[in-house]
Amino acid sequence: MDDAKKRVQDNVIWKSIFRPGSIYRKGYRDTSRDRALAAMNNVLYHLHPVKVKRHGLKLTYTYCLGGISFFLFVVLTITGIFLMFFYRPTAGANTELAYLDMRNIIAGVTFGNLVRNMHRWGAHLMVFTVFLHMARVFYHGAYKPPREFNWVVGVILLTLTLLLSFTGYLLPWDQLAIWAVTVGTEMMGFTPVFGKQVQFVLLGGVEVGPETLLRFYVMHVLLLPFVLVVFLAVHFWRIRKDGGISGPL
Amino acid sequence: MAAAQAARAEGADAGEAAGATQAAAVATAETPSGRLTPEQRAARVQESLKSKGGNGAAQSIGVPGTSEHTHRLLALVPPAGIQQVHSKQADKVYTWPHLLLVEFVSLLAVGVLLLIVSYFLDPIFRTLANPNLTPNPSKAPWYFLGLQELLRYFHPMVAGVTIPGVGLIILGAAGYIDKNPSAKPDNRKFANLAFTMFLVLWTVLVFAGSFFRGPGFNWVWPWQDGLFFEL
Repeated sequence: MDDAKKRVQDNVIWKSIFRPGSIYRKGYRDTSRDRALAAMNNVLYHLHPVKVKRHGLKLTYTYCLGGISFFLFVVLTITGIFLMFFYRPTAGANTELAYLDMRNIIAGVTFGNLVRNMHRWGAHLMVFTVFLHMARVFYHGAYKPPREFNWVVGVILLTLTLLLSFTGYLLPWDQLAIWAVTVGTEMMGFTPVFGKQVQFVLLGGVEVGPETLLRFYVMHVLLLPFVLVVFLAVHFWRIRKDGGISGPL
Repeated sequence: MAAAQAARAEGADAGEAAGATQAAAVATAETPSGRLTPEQRAARVQESLKSKGGNGAAQSIGVPGTSEHTHRLLALVPPAGIQQVHSKQADKVYTWPHLLLVEFVSLLAVGVLLLIVSYFLDPIFRTLANPNLTPNPSKAPWYFLGLQELLRYFHPMVAGVTIPGVGLIILGAAGYIDKNPSAKPDNRKFANLAFTMFLVLWTVLVFAGSFFRGPGFNWVWPWQDGLFFEL
């Protein structure tokens, strides 16, 4: 057994994957040094420092809300990719593929209904946890200097979360979807100066139609997630640079 | 001091280290902020090289006389140029295993919750979209129903654009508006009150729009006419 382990760990490929000092390279022993290395010699080091303030572990302080929001984003990405295999964003007279594909996902695809439900409930839950995360940060005064810019990034992320959820709302192409989005984009169209133009670009026309579906699909699966990931990276990076999580009251 | 140590680390002998310290001390006296213009820096390097005795061809700090490469002179960073961090020793624990285990458990809990809800509850899937058949009421997704509720009271531009736009800007600017350095709830009653009012107002609007608006977006009681809410 030890011999096999040594053979796996003692070759060029393994060593190229795990850096010198990695616990996967030399074996983990429960020492202070190895506990430090478990975070430090790892991509994780970009998110977490080696040591965290003890109050950060208290559930009543953090509620893990930011972490849960991020976890839900990961779940939504994975379930979303699964759904993309079975979904075509096409509508229009006699080519209602989007709706038919939705029916197929619900009734015909193995685990399709479960994954679709997870994607949908997860989205609602994410809007909710992001909102709660914001409230927690506010009540702890954690938006104050030096974290004021990260709070701005957080507000942008909240907006992006809402937009992601909103663009996803249209994709089932059922009665609920198109009328909810019609109401939403109507409101958007009342922006002064450029409202009508923005609305026209988003809808690909003057009202919700097949072009809207394609545009919302691209925004939902590509544009908005891309922007969100960029801001997420800045958000996480700033947490580290601004002195880690906030202190006790 | 750091400069001297660094110089020693470069493998220089004790005399050079002393020279480096001297140069650093001079620099500190001249520029308390520790920031030097490139010209000042170049002048200081020259001075330091001269102080070694010699014509500036100082093998003394590891730079060949003819070399253009002076980056090893990092050893001359004045103490004032080094970022000083004054903080108390915090009570800290190792990320692994303490924090990562907590995170893993909360992740599992949320994952299981989501899985159970998704297994037992199916979200609504209606008939095919029909642009010619408007359901009554037509509602936005729930998180926009607060805005839709505002449409009952204000002009669409005010309700749909001005209020959310100004609201988001004020929210984002909170860190710049709030000059109170304290994070203690006792010291920031106004901020907490204002934010709580914002949350309560928003929740009330969303609930009203979600559960108490029926056909024509008129007020209905859910126990009389049923719910007109769909997720």
